[in-house]
Amino acid sequence: MHPAFSVLFLTTLIGTGQGLFLALYTGQCYSLASFLPEQSTEFYTFGSLLALLLLLAGLLASFFHLGRPERAWRTAARWRSSWLSREVLLLPLVMALTAAFGLAHWLGYTQPWFTLGGWLRVDPTLTIGLAATLASFALFGCTAMVYAGVPFLREWRSTFTVVNFTLFGLSSGFLLATGFAAYSGNHLAAVYGGWWVVFTVLAMLSRLASLYRNAHLKQKSTTQSAIGVRHQFVVQKAQGATGGSFNTREFFHGRSEATLEWVRRSFVILVFPVPILMIGTAYLTHSRTLAIVAFFIQYAGLLAERWYFFAEARHPQNLYYQSVA
Amino acid sequence: MTQMALVIDLNVCVGCHACVTSCKQWNTSGWAGPLVDQNPYDADPTGTFFNRVQTFEVGTFPDTETVHFPKSCLHCEEPPCVPVCPTGASYKRADNGIVLVDYDKCIGCRYCSWACPYGAREFDEKQRVMKKCTLCIDRISDQTLPERERRPACVMACPTSARLFGDVHDPDSEVSIAIRERGGYQLLPECGTQPANHYLPRRKTRMYIHPEELTRVDNPLLKEEFIGDEGDETLDDVAW
Repeated sequence: MHPAFSVLFLTTLIGTGQGLFLALYTGQCYSLASFLPEQSTEFYTFGSLLALLLLLAGLLASFFHLGRPERAWRTAARWRSSWLSREVLLLPLVMALTAAFGLAHWLGYTQPWFTLGGWLRVDPTLTIGLAATLASFALFGCTAMVYAGVPFLREWRSTFTVVNFTLFGLSSGFLLATGFAAYSGNHLAAVYGGWWVVFTVLAMLSRLASLYRNAHLKQKSTTQSAIGVRHQFVVQKAQGATGGSFNTREFFHGRSEATLEWVRRSFVILVFPVPILMIGTAYLTHSRTLAIVAFFIQYAGLLAERWYFFAEARHPQNLYYQSVA
Repeated sequence: MTQMALVIDLNVCVGCHACVTSCKQWNTSGWAGPLVDQNPYDADPTGTFFNRVQTFEVGTFPDTETVHFPKSCLHCEEPPCVPVCPTGASYKRADNGIVLVDYDKCIGCRYCSWACPYGAREFDEKQRVMKKCTLCIDRISDQTLPERERRPACVMACPTSARLFGDVHDPDSEVSIAIRERGGYQLLPECGTQPANHYLPRRKTRMYIHPEELTRVDNPLLKEEFIGDEGDETLDDVAW
């Protein structure tokens, strides 16, 4: 598949935004359970604003993928059957709930409505945050199912796709939260950093497993089944167009095997070991900015990862477009 | 239920591209158009087509044969492109089973083209929407045309009658009989899309000639043993 930059930015930016929000809510739950002192209003407000901006940037990027962006409102129509429609519905919901979460903190709606079990103070921010958490996880699922739901793109059609999208989003979001907390001199930096290492190691295991799976996939469709001629040797001589077509542009990455290999190695290094080393260094040196640098390095790696995710998918229609003559 | 479809006979297709040009002409000037080209007379020409004829070579030299393979939307009975469409622009008509795109609803997200294993859908760079074969819905449903012209442009144009058009759900239609009696098959059956369009296989007319059909031998089936000349009087010795 041809990696479209609009989609690369959409999926990585909203993943980071969702992850950042989930990190903020994790922080609130920690202080609720009295593991940590409560955070300042500014911390939640500014963090939510950052998450909202990331989600907005992702939404903006998605418009560049559309041929007719002015009709984008129509995408809400087929939520019963289309994962893309579900994603399009959930993204504004997550944005609205994230905004409401930040706003509720900013306006100080933290007076508990009621108290459960004598300690769980249920206030508006906790309730909105819970709704946003559920919506965020649902959005991770929908975003991934847009790809995992295409039945014969075998590289994508796997549980790994859903797991990877979720873990990568959590990883980049928690890394940004770590950087944000470290920069504001917050105790949460260590908590976020700890969770970030967990998510990143899990994401690494899951992504390496999916790389192994995809490298050993046997395609079901062949040139023989594509045209229905039973012979060991069937070669395409002409594809009906001399200068290429939509089919040759949309479904081929157009890069050499060496480039693919290079991108794969780059993202495996940039997403996992490099940021982990940097966060370890930041923890030891109590650096306030190193985690932010680590976030940008990991984000660059995530873009490469998403690029490779597209490039490694081999669409069966390519069987009909093997040779220009 | 009716399911209109094409049946393409690979045995008689000569790869002349008449179906491609007539399709382009009809559809660029009609309801589905324009099907715009970029650099049509220059380097790297490209453009939107509903129908393409591809060519495959089967076997290794010198034992090869050339298969010309016309490919357009197969109007699947389980179209994977329809449920993925977020706007409902892609739909399958209930009355005749033709899969169509509503160009006024399409947002050009290209997700349907990802979902089609055949590469039947093409994005129009000018209109910025997804396009595909309509089976000339504007011809076949036009009651003002004479009955014999209510057929897709490609079917009308084919000089070898390699393209048959009809209802594949009617067991007595020309297309159903062709599929049933001449080994009609579907493309990429493993994808489970149940394409309505079928293809008829290449068939060779072969004659098997046994050497004994060329050289006459006595008693070819060796039913009796040869009885040697034992000096007795034979029929030849009889004086007539």
